[in-house]
Amino acid sequence: MGADRLQIGKYEFDSRLIVGTGKYPSMEVMRAAHAASGAEVVTVAIRRINLDDAHGGTLLDYIDRSRYTILPNTAGCYSAKEAVLTAQLARELLETDLIKLEVIGDAQTLHPDPRETLAAAEQLVNDGFTVLPYIGDDPIACKQLEKLGCAAVMPLAAPIGSGLGVCNPYSIRIIKERACVPVIVDAGVGTASDAAIAMELGVDALLMNTGIAKARDPVLMASAMKHAVIAGRQAFLAGRMEKRLYASGSSPMKDLISTAGQS
Amino acid sequence: MKATINGRLRELPDELTLARLIELLGSAGKSVAVAQNDRVIRRTEYETQPVRDGDCLEIIEAVAGG
Repeated sequence: MGADRLQIGKYEFDSRLIVGTGKYPSMEVMRAAHAASGAEVVTVAIRRINLDDAHGGTLLDYIDRSRYTILPNTAGCYSAKEAVLTAQLARELLETDLIKLEVIGDAQTLHPDPRETLAAAEQLVNDGFTVLPYIGDDPIACKQLEKLGCAAVMPLAAPIGSGLGVCNPYSIRIIKERACVPVIVDAGVGTASDAAIAMELGVDALLMNTGIAKARDPVLMASAMKHAVIAGRQAFLAGRMEKRLYASGSSPMKDLISTAGQS
Repeated sequence: MKATINGRLRELPDELTLARLIELLGSAGKSVAVAQNDRVIRRTEYETQPVRDGDCLEIIEAVAGG
């Protein structure tokens, strides 16, 4: 993709696929899937250490930090206050100003709480973070986050972990058309065609976890997602043909042969 | 003294620094970050930062997630 790079704030990437680290059958499979995905950014969550068993390895042992940029998230937070403290802890832990801001409003849908997300985004931007907020497919909320100084907006394609694909392509298109920061579709992509469809809408990148980790063969699916993201991006840049209701043959309709008895 | 660590009230030795506490918890050498009463403590301060009676500490690490 050469010059067609993804720019998020001061960061630049060749890959337009961001992948998670959750739900893999093993750390080895996760590591192989990350390699197959071609991703340059991987997400991690922040949690309390286990006081009963603090020994043993950590997730970071399985992420080559010379190869991958780590994007910590605030998953599990229900309030701006929790999210801001989680982000500040992540910054100290991982020495990054990147944060995937996630403030959820409901355990069943895992939809974001827009009010708390906006409040947290404002505080984090003012605190010097490069903020990538997870948000609903709401053009107004996306614009508000952009105005607060978020480096990207990350509307969901469908509920987290649902694999339903892009449920509202028209909203995603509207968000993209109006945005002046990268639009990263986050959550809901279930298979390669979902990824291609999302990218064909013109969004700048995709963030996914379950679609790869819960495939029967996560490493193969990671490769499929990589190619789907590239295909979708190239199709978007190429510009698709206009749709027609009726057929339009590709072969000339003149100078056809005739059989004996016809003129 | 007593302090709450990750939501659990614990009896701790007096005259304790954050570095020593992390060691007592078996997490020395591990990548962790600490918030003391909702304030994130810089790693460079662990050796000198005292744990005080009644403190509320959050000690975190990176885990798998999306």
